[in-house]
Amino acid sequence: METPGGLKSAREMGLIGCTRCGRVWPDGTPRCGRCGHKLRSRDPKSIQKVWAWWLVGLICYVPANVYPMLQTRTLVFTQENTIVGGAVELANHGSYAIALVILVASVLIPVSKFGVVALLALSVRHRARLSARRRLQLYELVEYIGRWSMIDVFVVAILSSLVQLGSIVSVKPGPAALYFALSVIFTMLSAQAFDSRLIWDREAKNGASPAP
Amino acid sequence: MSQPLPASDRPAPSLDALIACPRCDAVYHVGTAPGINQRATCTRCHHVLIAPRQSAGKRIIAVALSVLFLVVAATITPFLAISTNGLSNRSSILDAALAFNSSGALLLLLSFALAALIVFIPALRAILVIYVLIPLVRNRTPWPGASRAFRLAEHLRPWSMAEVFAVGCAVALIKISALAQVDLGPAFWLFSILVVLVVVQDTLMCRYTVWKRLEG
Repeated sequence: METPGGLKSAREMGLIGCTRCGRVWPDGTPRCGRCGHKLRSRDPKSIQKVWAWWLVGLICYVPANVYPMLQTRTLVFTQENTIVGGAVELANHGSYAIALVILVASVLIPVSKFGVVALLALSVRHRARLSARRRLQLYELVEYIGRWSMIDVFVVAILSSLVQLGSIVSVKPGPAALYFALSVIFTMLSAQAFDSRLIWDREAKNGASPAP
Repeated sequence: MSQPLPASDRPAPSLDALIACPRCDAVYHVGTAPGINQRATCTRCHHVLIAPRQSAGKRIIAVALSVLFLVVAATITPFLAISTNGLSNRSSILDAALAFNSSGALLLLLSFALAALIVFIPALRAILVIYVLIPLVRNRTPWPGASRAFRLAEHLRPWSMAEVFAVGCAVALIKISALAQVDLGPAFWLFSILVVLVVVQDTLMCRYTVWKRLEG
């Protein structure tokens, strides 16, 4: 494939590229004539939306860690576990691998996701130390792994539907499950709201050579 | 090399020979489209732009049909069963998804959301993809609303979480095995196959080729 007159962005050529199907249209076209996707050279509200979803995601993440995720009722005791508490208990029982999966999915991925999305959003306005390529890789990583945080919610769902053995043992979902699911959904929306083309605009403005 | 004119004057006819990278907005001229099993990637950000596969259409339809069949089968047959001290319980995938329904309106909403993520969205995506691709592989004109259907299927992609649920199952199984004896139902195996197929379906698909064909 060739780059007409050197590598240029659609915006520099006075065109709009459809982010859904890649078709190129003249500037000002409201909708893509091929796939019907709404066309925007850049989404001016992109960063605002990112921060809005990011913030509600972060707000939901607090009760998700404070409230119990699971309530286990047996003949002799009732036990409530938070996300981290549940993982610690698993580790105490010797299930280190599972404890690690839970910790990675419910703590490491969400926390690093908040960090990466904030870094990306800030880098559009301010100078970034990471190259544009590196930042796009981070963005794609965040988009890909974000959904895997839902693991713990699914585990709670499976446990509470399956472990219902009358008075011997029964498991109920705790309020944290809801907050955690909401937090995952909001951070996914936050990442989706980010217009990755903004990363490269700043690069082009700074006159940095497009790395091959 | 063709240098398209600033298009404010007129919609340049060469525009449909261009492709803009959805990730970084770099514009390329698709002179000779890449052949089967070749890939065209963006030189600036390395995003895969075009990657056609041999008879991908038929294979994707086959996979989508199996996904649809497996989702239905895995939803209605028993999924996991546990027993301890003479007491037992079993649950289907839909039961698991709707596990939050007993504790308030908000959790009921969460239940429906989970059911959508695990069962309905993967099934809907399979139906949409079949609807879009059947006329294309038979070299007919696309069925009405095909581009809208494909757009919806693409939009739903990040929200189809069958494979995440599968890993959740594995974790839950190990957690339960300390408490009680766990039996895997047929749906568990169906679901495991489903997860592999969902991944295959996404890697086979060349979106550029589909859009190009839908355009006519």
